[in-house]
Amino acid sequence: MSMSENTANAAAVKEAVEKKESLWKDVWYSLSHNAAAMVSLAFIALLVVIAVVTALFPSILPYDPYAQDLSQSFATPSAAHIFGCDQQGRDMFSRILVGTQITLAVGLLSVAISLTVGVALGAVAGYKGGAVDTLIMRAMDVMLAVPSILLAITFMAALGKGIDKAVVAIGLVSIPEYARIVRSQILAVKESDYVAAARVIGDSDAKIIIRHILPNVMPSIIVRATLGISSAILDCAALGFLGLGVQPPAAEWGDMLGRGRNYIFSAPHAMFFPGMMITLTVLAFNLLGDGVRDALDPKSRKR
Amino acid sequence: MVKYIVKRVLQAIPVLIALSIVVFLIMRVFSADPAPVVLGEHATREAMDAWRDSNGLNDPIWKQYLDFVAGALHGDLGTSYYTHTAVTTEIMSRFPATLELAIVAIIIASVVGIALGVVSSVNKGKFVDALSTLLALIGVSMPIFWLGILFIILFTGILHILPSGGRIDPIMQPVGGTGLFLIDTLLSGDFEAFGNALVHMIMPACALSMYSMAIITRMTRSSMLDTLNEDYVRTARAKGLPSGKVTTHHALRNAMLPVSTVIGLQLGSLLGGALLTETVFAWPGIGKYVVECILKSDFPVVQGVVLLIGVIFVLINLVVDIIYAFLDPRIKYTQAEG
Repeated sequence: MSMSENTANAAAVKEAVEKKESLWKDVWYSLSHNAAAMVSLAFIALLVVIAVVTALFPSILPYDPYAQDLSQSFATPSAAHIFGCDQQGRDMFSRILVGTQITLAVGLLSVAISLTVGVALGAVAGYKGGAVDTLIMRAMDVMLAVPSILLAITFMAALGKGIDKAVVAIGLVSIPEYARIVRSQILAVKESDYVAAARVIGDSDAKIIIRHILPNVMPSIIVRATLGISSAILDCAALGFLGLGVQPPAAEWGDMLGRGRNYIFSAPHAMFFPGMMITLTVLAFNLLGDGVRDALDPKSRKR
Repeated sequence: MVKYIVKRVLQAIPVLIALSIVVFLIMRVFSADPAPVVLGEHATREAMDAWRDSNGLNDPIWKQYLDFVAGALHGDLGTSYYTHTAVTTEIMSRFPATLELAIVAIIIASVVGIALGVVSSVNKGKFVDALSTLLALIGVSMPIFWLGILFIILFTGILHILPSGGRIDPIMQPVGGTGLFLIDTLLSGDFEAFGNALVHMIMPACALSMYSMAIITRMTRSSMLDTLNEDYVRTARAKGLPSGKVTTHHALRNAMLPVSTVIGLQLGSLLGGALLTETVFAWPGIGKYVVECILKSDFPVVQGVVLLIGVIFVLINLVVDIIYAFLDPRIKYTQAEG
């Protein structure tokens, strides 16, 4: 290989690398000019900070979120307790702050489960085709044949109560969505020239999928995952509300809302604030997801 | 067309068989032993064993499954561990309540959702558009049970104009008939009872419809924006047709194709939302019932309800696909070739 060829190759590689960077630069540029998405991102960042800080330095909280004080049972919001107290007289504001830990953890972990398994299954199904494809996708159809919340509750019935099991249940029920997206995208790029070229130079199937196909599928997966976090948080809140989520005295927004429900007329604040936090968090992830989608797919931006 | 329908029906059968296996596995293999839950923790070992024996839980698992399928094919889904009533009877006494709620909710969601979507597409970029987009966003972000509770606080607790739960005042409850109270009371000419059932329906149906309404609004808006840019719409405008007529006759009619699919699919997902809505409003349907049964390990009932909802879900998808093929002849031809 001559010197000039080497330089030409290096230049091509450099260009490709820069181009890749500029795609994400473009995306960030578009996203940073989307006010709703940026406000949402700031809100999510705030939640992350709250979750991390309250986990590392619990003493920063105004009150111990688990300490009962029955003299303060259902105390209404005041200067001392800005969100009021719950039935056991625990400070709602502190419990809501601590609750960000569980909400964010469940959102991220369950999406990680559905993402990993779903992408793997979808990639294999789309790439292999034939009987493997049929088997995997029919299995996905079966999971899609029941509303996801019912399926999650059924899994919970089998696994038992608990937040760790809720993560698994919520993660399992979203697998088909990722599998479907990845499979259809892989079918679209499978016959393209660059995949054929990779096959010609003898790349293994796994390498072709991971190195050449998945990067092209990433944008749709990222969008789906961002929106997936919001539905995971909603499902988690629903399980908590039904009493299948965390075990007492842990603080989880859906669980707090469910416990406040029996006293809706006497102490509406006990369920108002947890519900508001769930709504705002889900809204933020939805807006961010929409923003990322618009940034990745300029065609949809004109809507 | 017939060929297409037959093909779709045949595709649905293995899905349902697989669903029955999955539900069975979750309930019978992966779940903890229901005996201590049903009989109480202090029941003797002998009592639990006898109970398991009488419910067939000591049989080999494949025999349990075959018994379950053989029963299901004859319309027998077993009996509840607690009430000892046939699961089908338990389900059928509650299903009309859920069906009625879901139908009213999907009607509200479709009418309001399509109207909002059309209005915002015609006024794209204006205040009305921004408002309806915001409403749609809140609709998909708000937990259905929180919305329901806010309704109860506002309309029952503060304004005292709507009842907080239930389907109808018990003394007015119609006997027999379809089980759909709004229809039964109308048929019997009892307008007081009809009004009572209607008043009970308002909050649960509105809460349940919110999510679907948001999805339908978004879909209608984007579908309308597509058709409003089509040449035939411009032609209609150029002919001098009034803009209202162009919107409804030319644009909306074509925009409805994808929207109708979404409405069909939402009807299925409403059944999931019904679990939560019914729990909040003490609505005596299968959603509230299945949650109660899951909490107390009444497996035959859970199995029956999940299977029933699965069958309904698959049937809805089937009907939606077939209607879609009718509405859009292009589908039929590509499918027939493929």
